[in-house]
Amino acid sequence: MKIGIVVFPGSNCDYDCLTSFSRLAKENGLTAEVGYVWHKESNPGTFDAYVLPGGFSYGDYLRCGAIARFSPIMEEVTAHAKKGRPVIGICNGFQILCESGLLPGALYMNRDLNFICEHVYLRTERNDTIFTSLCKSKEVLNIPIAHGEGNYYADDETLKKLEDEDLVAFRYCTGDGLVTPEVNPNGSRNNIAGIFNKERTILGMMPHPERAAEPGLGSSDGQKIIVSLLKNIAK
Amino acid sequence: MKAKIYVTLKQSVLDPQGKTVQRALEQMNYKNVDSVRIGRFLEVELNCDDEAKAAAQIEEMSKKLFVNPNIEQFRYELEK
Repeated sequence: MKIGIVVFPGSNCDYDCLTSFSRLAKENGLTAEVGYVWHKESNPGTFDAYVLPGGFSYGDYLRCGAIARFSPIMEEVTAHAKKGRPVIGICNGFQILCESGLLPGALYMNRDLNFICEHVYLRTERNDTIFTSLCKSKEVLNIPIAHGEGNYYADDETLKKLEDEDLVAFRYCTGDGLVTPEVNPNGSRNNIAGIFNKERTILGMMPHPERAAEPGLGSSDGQKIIVSLLKNIAK
Repeated sequence: MKAKIYVTLKQSVLDPQGKTVQRALEQMNYKNVDSVRIGRFLEVELNCDDEAKAAAQIEEMSKKLFVNPNIEQFRYELEK
């Protein structure tokens, strides 16, 4: 399989994604070619999945992800996504997916205006997707966030649709899986940390699974998301 | 022609910066501040003399790039 890690000017989690995806593929006996795709590329060939990594594409100028969505590669990513092929956007990647309209809603400044870099607990809302199939039902994952603009906003109608159609992927929760206002780090509506598109082939999430992909990093829970995706692609 | 574009968060979206500034004003003893909203200001110089064309272009640019319609609203002024 071929996994494309898109690199924008200002991406800074591209290497972490590259190493975690390729190492985890190898450890799980999967043959994967994981490589970078420069954002100016408009005809990079076919990939089984795209990863939009975290960082500060275009210096977060104007709005996070607002300029990156017009990079030539995004036309290709959009065409790929429209064919039902998987895309995962992490942190800035999630912001780019929202800006490009591949996912609903928007991410804006954190409620308390701080840049937050810490481990949080996430409740996996469903485990019947290509991104979460290795998680137990409602499993609580320990994965770090690192963002200043991760406050998820969607208007009432969009939010209702997300909830009614079970498109919330992860919510900020306590270690026991309780979703409470106190553990909402950034003011996101309904404690939303990640969402799917309707077909559940696109995942956008603010937390960084690639930063929790081996025990030495304090948690290896992020592996479940990465390996779920790799195994489902290999099927 | 010059366009001045004002982008602000929609009223339904909490503005954490505005709230913080409002609290600062309260601490400075300005007791009558009902609300503060912070936004973005853009000045765009267009090589175009036709006001209707310029307006249409600024609207299009705003909707495509300057503004995220999920959270923001905009207004603009044109100057010769």
